[in-house]
Amino acid sequence: MFEKLLKLDRRVIFIFIAVALITPFFLDIKQPMTVSPEVRSLYDEFEKLKPGSKVLISFDYDPPSAPELQPMAVAMLKYCFAKDLKVYIIGLWPQGPLQANLAVEAVKADEHFKDDPPQYDVDYVNLGFMSGNEVVIKSIGSDIRRTFPRDNLGNPTHELEMMKGVTNYSNFDLIFNLSAGYPGTVEWVLFAVGRFNAKLVAGNTAVQSPGMYPYLNSGQLLGLAGGLKAAAELEDLAQYYGRGTKFMLSQSFAHLTIILFIIIGNLAYFATRGRNR
Amino acid sequence: MRREIPLILTAFVGFTYILQFFIPHAPFNQLDRMLNEWIQVIAAFAIWLGALNLMKVSLNKVSRQSENWPFALITIFGFLLTVIVGLFLSGGRGYQSPGTGFDYIYRNIYAPLSSTMFATLAFYVGSASYRAFRARTKEATMLLLAAFFVMLGRVPIGDYITAFLPKGYRLSDFATWIMNYPQTAGYRAIMIGIALGIVSMSLRIILGIERSHLGGEE
Amino acid sequence: METGFTFANTLAALLTIGIISFLWKDNLLYKICEALFVGVSAGYWFVILYYQNLLPKLFDNLGITQIFGGDPGEPGALQVLFNEGRADSRLLYIFAGILGIMLLMRLLPNIGWIARWPIAFTVGTTAGLYFVSYFHSNAMAQLESSIIPFTSFNNIIIVVGTVTGLIYFYFSAERKGVLGGVANVGIWFLMITFGAMFGYTVMSRMSLLIGRFDFIFATWLGLV
Repeated sequence: MFEKLLKLDRRVIFIFIAVALITPFFLDIKQPMTVSPEVRSLYDEFEKLKPGSKVLISFDYDPPSAPELQPMAVAMLKYCFAKDLKVYIIGLWPQGPLQANLAVEAVKADEHFKDDPPQYDVDYVNLGFMSGNEVVIKSIGSDIRRTFPRDNLGNPTHELEMMKGVTNYSNFDLIFNLSAGYPGTVEWVLFAVGRFNAKLVAGNTAVQSPGMYPYLNSGQLLGLAGGLKAAAELEDLAQYYGRGTKFMLSQSFAHLTIILFIIIGNLAYFATRGRNR
Repeated sequence: MRREIPLILTAFVGFTYILQFFIPHAPFNQLDRMLNEWIQVIAAFAIWLGALNLMKVSLNKVSRQSENWPFALITIFGFLLTVIVGLFLSGGRGYQSPGTGFDYIYRNIYAPLSSTMFATLAFYVGSASYRAFRARTKEATMLLLAAFFVMLGRVPIGDYITAFLPKGYRLSDFATWIMNYPQTAGYRAIMIGIALGIVSMSLRIILGIERSHLGGEE
Repeated sequence: METGFTFANTLAALLTIGIISFLWKDNLLYKICEALFVGVSAGYWFVILYYQNLLPKLFDNLGITQIFGGDPGEPGALQVLFNEGRADSRLLYIFAGILGIMLLMRLLPNIGWIARWPIAFTVGTTAGLYFVSYFHSNAMAQLESSIIPFTSFNNIIIVVGTVTGLIYFYFSAERKGVLGGVANVGIWFLMITFGAMFGYTVMSRMSLLIGRFDFIFATWLGLV
């Protein structure tokens, strides 16, 4: 039997994974949400800001990473608009500013903001994408208006009301980087924190989060939300429950399934190894 | 001349950026600003080069009717559709505004295709866990255990299972500890190693010792 | 996002199913979707780079947009030069444009070597930037944070893990005796790191798939 198990068709495994992920959509089980210290630190950095403070949010991800990062973006945008923080959106990935548009749309559709929706060039601006990766981060240190000559709608940046008096990192109270790879949080740490002493917090895909912990430990990064669980924690802290919370049950089932696979695979391996000897 | 000028250019730009870090005053800060702008423009051309090269390869495939050429035709169609809609039919500079043709392609073609392409990796991760993740040695067992605790501790179900333990000693706390201490230490060693490698490679490039980026001899 | 059985959602769902169908086996629908993805993706980057970068930075600044009847709001460097007889500093963008066009020469078989100039420029930039920044932020700052007193168990873990991990990567001496023992401790720390990375990779991949299933079952079919 164990030998059969070892030779299991991969498509059987695929079906198990699909079932584990889809079934929870139709279940309603409340799960306890423990907020990890690194997510708490991220949230606290936002809490320290006074209304009117300027937050630069860099959307450095594309649609494939949206399930993890979009809930973080939506939760923190809602938080920023509710607290009357001024949001400056940029993207080092070309898809980032469009993901930002989707996040802003989600905020506007929320009933909390029905009567007072966030307004362009009053509450937020979207300066769009710029190529050049880390050079863009470095350029913002000299002059953000020169780095982004036009916003995402094609308006000259220097004519925007919110850009008046905004030149470089010294004008931003916090940077929030949503990152799915290169260029992303590593580059923000290297160039914005390392060279201009900017205050940086980051939301990362889970796959690259482990690499951010040394920065967290050294204080180069002030807070970190890694993966979908962290997105759910952020939603919990900001009290805006969205897709992060909704997907948590599927995530739990998925992890249990993988663990089960590892255990069965190992059992089968050891059982057949003993027999072969 | 085909190799000397690029080598001088590399050294000049490299040294300028290094000097600018230590002397952020004129003329280095002005030079730095200008080079920053140039590199952003060159980066855009580099991506155009990639896209145009794809078209060149695809057109070659179609004209020679080589294997799978109809798919190359679909690639060309996808490229032209996006470029024509984006450049000419989406309202000029406001091409990314919600409701434009370009935005429609992004939401309904680009986003689902790219997302699903990466999402299917989940199935292979599952399959690999089943087939390749074996506790063959002590080291492999350690790896497995770390993965086990992190996977359980980073979803709410971990705390659900260990709810009988006092707060601060549950699976999520243990996962947090693993990430913040042993994992951080191990990753830091990797990080420092890579950083030193990058520093030495950068110096080799700037000094012209490393020339592989210039291609073969001509 | 609009939910329900709309044309747009159905198109997106068909493309999603097309890609997923590869899991069963390679098939025509997957191949079509894959080819379309490659083309649309290249086109997407092409358009974005034109509007976000080349148009405002190069064509507007130089005055090329204005020559073709566009109005970016101010005269370009070429207009200033010919109308006012004054050399604007933006004229220097011409060199960036020349380097960019040199890069495109790579597409031509006989003069492809010209692309070496902008490549050299880009590589020099990266080397210059990384040389200082990696040393400063990823080597020195990380070492600095590892020089901490042994006042707690966690501090000891950080110091021992970093030092032994670094010794594991030291390949200039044979791993025997004390060095071998210390390197072995380093391996244990690295294994924990790789295990954690694997756990997080599983987490990430599953999240992405949940996102797609959510699109199919909630957004498109409206079952949830």
